Amino acid sequence: MPLVVLQNLVKSYGPIKALSNLSLEIPQGSFFGLLGPNGSGKSTTLRILCTLLEPDSGEVLVNGENALKNPRNIRSKIGYVAQEVAIDKILTGRELLQLHGDLYHLRKEYREQRIKNLIENLEMNDWIDRRSGSYSGGMRRRLDLATGLMHEPDLLVLDEPTVGLDIESRATIWSLLKELNKGGKTILLSSHYLEEVDELSDQMAIIDAGRVIAQGTPDELKKNLGCNRVTLKVREFSNEIEGEKVKELIKKLDGLHNVVVNRAQGYSLNFFVDTSDTLPILRSQLNEQGFEIFAISESRPTLDDVYLQSTGKTLMDAELEVANKRDLKKEAKQSMR
Amino acid sequence: MSKTFSPSSSGFSLENNKLEFLEIRQEVFALTRRLFLQLYRRPSTLVAGILQPLIWLVLFGALFENAPSNLLPGGIVYGKFLGAGIIVFTAFSGALNAGLPVMFDREFGFLNRLLVAPLRSRSSIVIASVIYIATLSILQSFVIMGAAFSLGYGFPNFYGVLLVLITLLILVFGVTALSLGLAFVLPGHIELIAVIFVANLPLLFASTALVPISFMPPWLGWLAALNPLTFAIEPIRAAYSGSLDLGSVLIHAPYGEVTGYGCLLILTILTAGLFIAIRPLLNRKLT
Repeated sequence: MPLVVLQNLVKSYGPIKALSNLSLEIPQGSFFGLLGPNGSGKSTTLRILCTLLEPDSGEVLVNGENALKNPRNIRSKIGYVAQEVAIDKILTGRELLQLHGDLYHLRKEYREQRIKNLIENLEMNDWIDRRSGSYSGGMRRRLDLATGLMHEPDLLVLDEPTVGLDIESRATIWSLLKELNKGGKTILLSSHYLEEVDELSDQMAIIDAGRVIAQGTPDELKKNLGCNRVTLKVREFSNEIEGEKVKELIKKLDGLHNVVVNRAQGYSLNFFVDTSDTLPILRSQLNEQGFEIFAISESRPTLDDVYLQSTGKTLMDAELEVANKRDLKKEAKQSMR
Repeated sequence: MSKTFSPSSSGFSLENNKLEFLEIRQEVFALTRRLFLQLYRRPSTLVAGILQPLIWLVLFGALFENAPSNLLPGGIVYGKFLGAGIIVFTAFSGALNAGLPVMFDREFGFLNRLLVAPLRSRSSIVIASVIYIATLSILQSFVIMGAAFSLGYGFPNFYGVLLVLITLLILVFGVTALSLGLAFVLPGHIELIAVIFVANLPLLFASTALVPISFMPPWLGWLAALNPLTFAIEPIRAAYSGSLDLGSVLIHAPYGEVTGYGCLLILTILTAGLFIAIRPLLNRKLT
C-alpha cells in the first residue's frame, strides 16, 4: 500500500484554479520529487497533505487513514518544512526545537535526546544556542529540517527546500536528505529545479496547471521520450528573425519535432530528433538555403525535455507565464490562515 | 471528540482524559514559555506598558489637582479618583494588544508551525495568550497601585486588592478574547492596529476613568454608563474608597442604578459572551 494517496484533488483560489483533479501515490520508503514551475500547484498540494488547507473536493489518505476526517492523527505522522522559513528570531534554535517537541507531545527525556541527536546529525552544535535571528540561510534551513524531523515522522514533506541557498548549503541539504532516505524515511519534496529532482528522487511526478502530466522514475520519463535533444546554432549570436526563419525551414523535416527558438541561448534552436540519421539531412538542407552551421550538438533528453514534450513549453517559459497570472495577494491571504 | 461515560469504559476514559489534560498542559506551557521568553529578551513592551500609565497618573493627576473640592462625589482628591481609571485603562490597552503577536505569527507563517502540529486543542494558543496578558496586566496594575500609594492616593485593604484582581481578570479575559478574535478575522496587522488605535482612547474618554457621570453632558453620561470599562472602574474605585460593599450602588446611570455585584455580573456576562462569540472563529481558523 502506498504511504500517501491523493485522489482527484480540486482547489480554487477565487477564480484561479490551483489544482484540477490532481492524483498522486507516494510509495513507502521512496524519495518522491514533485517537479513543476512556480504556480503549478506544488505548494497547494503539500499544504493540503499537511492539513493546512482543505481541498474543494478529493481525498487524502496517509497510511490508509483519511486526513480530512482525522487531521490530528495525520499531523503527528508528517514532518512539514514549509517554503517560507518562519523562525521566531528571538528564540534560540534549541528553544525552537523544544517548542516543537512539546507541540508534538514528546516526553521531556526523549525530547532532549532527539535534540541532541539532531544537533549532532545536522552539525548545528556551534550555533544552536544562539538566537536564530543571527542565522544564515543555510543554518535556518537546517534548523527547519530539524524541526520537521523532531517527532520522527513517517513522512518528511519539504516545500522547495533549497530555494535561495548557496551551492554549498544546497549540497549539505542534499546529502542530508539522501542519507535520511537511505535510512528508510519516505520523503516528498517539491522543486522547480530540474537537477534537484533528477539528483535526489527515485520517483517523481511533473505537475503543470494543477494536474499530473507525467509520473515515474526520472530515468523512465527520459527514456520514454524515445528521442534525443538537439541544440543548433547557425551563428554564435543570432537574432529572432533569423531564428524564426530557420525554425520554419527545419519544421518541415521528418523525424524532427518540438522546435523552439531559445532566446536565452542567443536564439539557438532546440528540438528533438527520433534518430541521429536526421542530422546529416538537416545539415545539407541548411547549407542549400545558404545557412552556415556554427554549432550543432545532440544529447540525451533531460527532465526539461520531458516537460517540454508534455506541455509544449520549457519550464522557464512556464514560470514566466504563470508569474503574470498569479493572484499573490489572494494566495498570501489563504496561506495566512 | 466524543466522551462517552459508560461504567465499563470509565477506567479507560479516565486514563484518556488524564493524558489529554497532560498533553494540553504541555502545549499551553510551551506556548506560554515562548511568549515570556520574548518578553524577557525584548522587555520594551513591558517597560512602555508601565511607564505610560505612570505618566498618565502623574500628568492627569496634576492637571486636575486644583479642581474645586465639590467636583467629585464625596469630595475626594482627584488623584485618588483617577487611580482606578488608570489601572483599568492599562489592563484594557494591554489586553487589546493581545492579538498582535498572533497576527504577526500569522503573517510570518509561524502560526503554520502550530497548525501542522497535532495540538490536542487549538484553544491552547488562546489559553497561552490569556495567561501571558493576564500576568502582564496584573504586574502593571501593581506597579500603578504602588505609584498611586507613594503619591499619597492610598492603597486598598486585603479584600480590596482581591476585588481589584478579580475585576481586572474578568476584564482582561474578555478583551483578550476580543483581540484574538480580531487577529483571526482581520486581514493583517495594519488593520488590527487601526482598530486598536480607534477603540482605545474613545473608550477611555467615554468612561468614568477621568470624570464621574455627574460631570458629563447627558449623551456622554449615557455612553459612559454603557461602556464596559465603567463596570470595571467602579468596583476598583470602591475598593479604594475603603467602604467595601458590593451591594451598594456604584453607578448612577441614566437608565437606573447599578450595584457592585451588578457591575461584576455584567462584566462576566460580556466576557463569557465574547468567548462564545470567538469560538466559531477559532474553530474555522483553527481546526
